[in-house]
Amino acid sequence: MTEFRMPSLGSDMEAGTLVEWLKKPGDALTRGDIIAVVDTEKGAIEIEVFENGVLDRILVTPGNKVPVGTPLAMIRGSSEPASAAPATVAAKEPPMAPPPAADRGAAMRAAIGAAMARSKREIPHVYLSTTVDMTSALTWLATENERRPVEKRLLPVVLLIKAVARAIVDVPQINGFWTDDGFRPGPGVHVGCAIALRDGGLVAPAIHDADAKSLEAVMEALSDLVERARRGSLRSSELADPTITVTNLGDLGVEATFAVIFPPQVAIVGFGRVVRRPWVVGERIEPRSVLTVTVSADHRALDGRRAGQFLSAVDRWLQVPERL
Amino acid sequence: MTSSERQRQIVEALARVAPEVAAGSLDPGAPLRDQVDLDSMDFLRFVLELHRAFAVEIPEADYSKLSTLGEIGKYLDLKLGTPLANG
Repeated sequence: MTEFRMPSLGSDMEAGTLVEWLKKPGDALTRGDIIAVVDTEKGAIEIEVFENGVLDRILVTPGNKVPVGTPLAMIRGSSEPASAAPATVAAKEPPMAPPPAADRGAAMRAAIGAAMARSKREIPHVYLSTTVDMTSALTWLATENERRPVEKRLLPVVLLIKAVARAIVDVPQINGFWTDDGFRPGPGVHVGCAIALRDGGLVAPAIHDADAKSLEAVMEALSDLVERARRGSLRSSELADPTITVTNLGDLGVEATFAVIFPPQVAIVGFGRVVRRPWVVGERIEPRSVLTVTVSADHRALDGRRAGQFLSAVDRWLQVPERL
Repeated sequence: MTSSERQRQIVEALARVAPEVAAGSLDPGAPLRDQVDLDSMDFLRFVLELHRAFAVEIPEADYSKLSTLGEIGKYLDLKLGTPLANG
């Protein structure tokens, strides 16, 4: 018998409100099943289970707000007998109404503020920046998009996310978590993408295994995450799993962004706007499309040299878009 | 289809991407991105909505011709033919 607990969906979450149980006692559970919906500052989140078994009994009923780590339900092995505890009727209760958007906005602001203050207090950030010539990447992309129907077109940010994922494979020390025991490498390349919500606030859900995904698959995943983030229907694994975060403020006309790390991650990559600039190519000066890429890294986990190698790798990958 | 119906359909396509858009409050002559919080993903989805609503192909090279509601109207007029006068 194991406890199924209120998951932590990022360092800016302290508690969640149980909205609805989607399984009832006696139901078989398969790893990855959505078992409940929990309301947080980030919207309603679908909570997945991470083991196979049977839902034995429910401990927290809809409408209750409980801290991260609180047992929500008991899960027993498929061959274990049901517990003697009386079956709860919680599963039959109607789902609660979500809080007003204004309340959620204020709560999210406070949660982000607390997490970022903690990050700045505890993490010795090192900031690095480089300017990348995007001419070949954008030329390649324009040719690609010319032959694609509108629903299959790729955004430049997809090349950036994939270049980050590729660079992580080259420099894995940038990808993972800082824990009490030191650096723990990420179990995969799960790139969190900062997404602004329409009524303020932001979330950074993961594109899982971005290094192994094609550009089309990264585009589809990003499009799906943006749509669901704004609708308020992300899954717990998407919020809990990022091993690094990418933030792209180029659409706003910002040239460079020096971002604050989301603990316990050890790095965040910032992309600015692509600008036309005079650029030295060989012995000539040419107009080129360039982009400022930054990385903020946790100096406890890695040094500036390693973070610099990572930025160089991002640049290298962006020069060979056809290989992304 | 009249010109005002076409404008209404354009705003409806926009509202599917940016639900907070209040139809009457948009200035057709001012850049959309100054009036509505649209990032590149939103803009791509808006182009997709226009493509679906009007059954027109909109190549990426034409995006720069679509910065205001007025420009979008003119662009569609060129692609689909000028609609009847209002009324």
